[in-house]
Amino acid sequence: MIRLTDINRVFQVGDQQVHALRDINLTIDNGEYLSIMGPSGSGKSSLLNILGLLDNPSSGEYELEGEVVTHLSDEQQAVIRSTQIGFVFQFFHLLPRLSAEENIALPMMLAGIAAAERRKRTRKILDTLGLTDRAKHKPEQLSGGQRQRVAIGRATIMQPRVILADEPTGNLDRHSGHDVINILENLNQQGMALIIVTHDPELGERAHRKIRFVDGAITVDTGSN
Amino acid sequence: MSMAIVDMLGFSVGAIIRHPLRATLMLLAISIGVASIVILTGLGEGARRYVTSEFSSLGTNLLIVIPGKTETTGTALNIFSGETPRDLTLLDALSLKQHAQVHRIAPVVVGAANVSWQQLSREAPVLGSNSELLELRNWKMARGRFLPGADNTRASAVCVIGSKLRQELFKNENPIGKKIRIGDRQFRVIGTMASGGRSIGVDVEDIVIIPTVSAQNLFNTPSLFRILVEVRSRDALEKVKQHIIKTIKARHQGEEDVTVISQDAVLGTFDRIFTSLTLTVGGIAAISLTVAGILIMNIMLVTVSQRTTEIGLLKAIGASQHQIQSLFLIEASLLTAVGALAGIAIGYISNLFIHYMFPALDNMAPVWAVAAAFLLAVCTGLIFGAMPARRAARLDPIQALARR
Repeated sequence: MIRLTDINRVFQVGDQQVHALRDINLTIDNGEYLSIMGPSGSGKSSLLNILGLLDNPSSGEYELEGEVVTHLSDEQQAVIRSTQIGFVFQFFHLLPRLSAEENIALPMMLAGIAAAERRKRTRKILDTLGLTDRAKHKPEQLSGGQRQRVAIGRATIMQPRVILADEPTGNLDRHSGHDVINILENLNQQGMALIIVTHDPELGERAHRKIRFVDGAITVDTGSN
Repeated sequence: MSMAIVDMLGFSVGAIIRHPLRATLMLLAISIGVASIVILTGLGEGARRYVTSEFSSLGTNLLIVIPGKTETTGTALNIFSGETPRDLTLLDALSLKQHAQVHRIAPVVVGAANVSWQQLSREAPVLGSNSELLELRNWKMARGRFLPGADNTRASAVCVIGSKLRQELFKNENPIGKKIRIGDRQFRVIGTMASGGRSIGVDVEDIVIIPTVSAQNLFNTPSLFRILVEVRSRDALEKVKQHIIKTIKARHQGEEDVTVISQDAVLGTFDRIFTSLTLTVGGIAAISLTVAGILIMNIMLVTVSQRTTEIGLLKAIGASQHQIQSLFLIEASLLTAVGALAGIAIGYISNLFIHYMFPALDNMAPVWAVAAAFLLAVCTGLIFGAMPARRAARLDPIQALARR
C-alpha cells in the first residue's frame, strides 16, 4: 500500500520557486489500476518520480508498505527501487549494447543474483512476452513494440509491487500500443499495482481509478471502485 | 545487495568495447607513461650495472690505502703545530705484508712522462708498481713478462707497455728488449700488455709500467700515490683494514694519517648514486602518467555526459549511487590496468631493442620499477576516474530519463 501525506515538491528555477506538487494526499491500495492525466507541466511526472523514489519531496511523507521511505539513505532507497518498483518509460531506455535478454536481466545483475538464476527467470519472462526468438537481438534490431515489451520484462523481472509507466504507448503505433497495454493490464490482474501517466484519454479511461492533475494539485480522483 | 565482481567487470568491458576510439586513446596515454618508466629505469639500471661491473673488474677483496685522513676528526691544531700527513712510503707498503690474511700488496706511483723510441715520442701515463699488480688487477700479458720482484725496493730500468702505446711506438716491430726513453731515463722493454683490460681510471692500453722505486726516482718523490691490498677472503676485509690503519699509525709516530677504503664501499657509493639516478628518471617519467591521468579524467567526464540516460536508467532499476560510482571507477581502472600492461610490453620490447643496439648495456628495468609503474598507473586511473565517477553517481536520474 502507498500513502502520500501532504507531499510538496518545490523546484528552484533561477530566482523563482516552482511548485510542482502542492499538498498531495493520496492512498493507493495494492493491485490498483490507476491513471494520472493532466496537461504538460501539471506535476504528473513529478509525482511519478516521487512514487518511484527517483526524487524526494520537499515536504510531506511517503509511506510504502507501512514504512516511511522519505528519509531513507540512497542505498536503502535503491533497494526499494530494485525490489518493489518497476519503471516503464516512453523512450524505453534499453541499453543499446546489451541484447534483449541482457537488458531484462540487468536489474537482477545489479541486485547480485547469480547468473544461472538470472537465465532461468529471463527465459520464463521472454516466453510470456513472446520474445524468445528475439532474446539475442540488440534493441536496434527490435521494433518499437518489441522494445517496450523488453522494457516491461525488465521492469517486472524483480516482481515488484508497483509498475510506474510514464506514457508507455507514447512512442508506439496504435497496434503495438494495444499489445503493450494488454501486457501491463495482465500484470495488473496478477496483482501488481499499475500506475500509468498519460496524455491519451482513451488509455486513461481504461484505468479503474482516474486522477486528474492541474497545476500540481489533484483536481479529480474517481477513487477506488 | 551488491553486484558480483564478474558482472561489474563484464558490464565495464561491454561499455569500453562500445567506444573503441575512446578506449584506444586512454590505453595509449597510459601505455606511453608506463613504457617510458620501464625504458628510463631500464637505462638507469643498465648504467648502474655497467659501472658496478667496471668496478668489480678492479679485482676482488681489494682495499685501497690513501695517504691523508678524509674525515675531519680532531682539531685544526695540527695546522699550527706544522704537522702534515706523512708520505706513504714503499716500506709502509711492504710492512703490511706481515698479516696472514694479506694476499698481495701493490704500491702505486702515478705520473705522466714523455715516452720515446727513435724519432717517435708521445706523452703517456706512467705507473710505478711491483710484480703483484698484474694478478691483483686481473691484467693479461701479451708478450714477455711483467715487472720483477714483489719486494723490490731497488730501481731497475725495465718497463712494460700497453698495447696501444706499443702499436704507436713500434708499429709491427717486436718491442721486447728495445730501449725506450721515459722522461730523461732509459728503460728496457720486457713485456707488453694484452689489449682490453680497461678499468675505471686507467686505460691499460695507453700506459707504461715501471718498478716502484724507478718511478719514485723519475718523478722525484719519496711517496706513494696509494697502496692496493688484496685480502685473502671477504670476511677478513674489516680485520685487515684495522690492521693496516694500526700498522701505518705505528710507523707514522702514532698519527693516524691514512684512509683505507674497500672496493665494496666504492661500489656501494656508485650503487647508491645510480639507484637515485634511476629513481629520478623514473620519477620524471611518472609525471607523464599524471598527464595521462588528466586525459583520462577528461575522457571519463565526456563519457559520463554521454551516458546520462544509461546512468539514470541504472538508478531507476535499483542501482545505488555507490554502485554507479563503482562501475565507472572499475571502467577507469580496467582501462588503465590494460594500458599499463601494454605499456610494460612496449617498454620491454624497447629495452630489448636498445640492448640489441648497445649490447654492453644490460638495460632490463628493475622489477620494482615495473611493479611501481603498474600500481601508479592503476592509482592514476582511480584518482582521476574518481571525480567523473562521483559526478555520474550524483547525476539527477529524472532529467536523464526525460530525454530520448
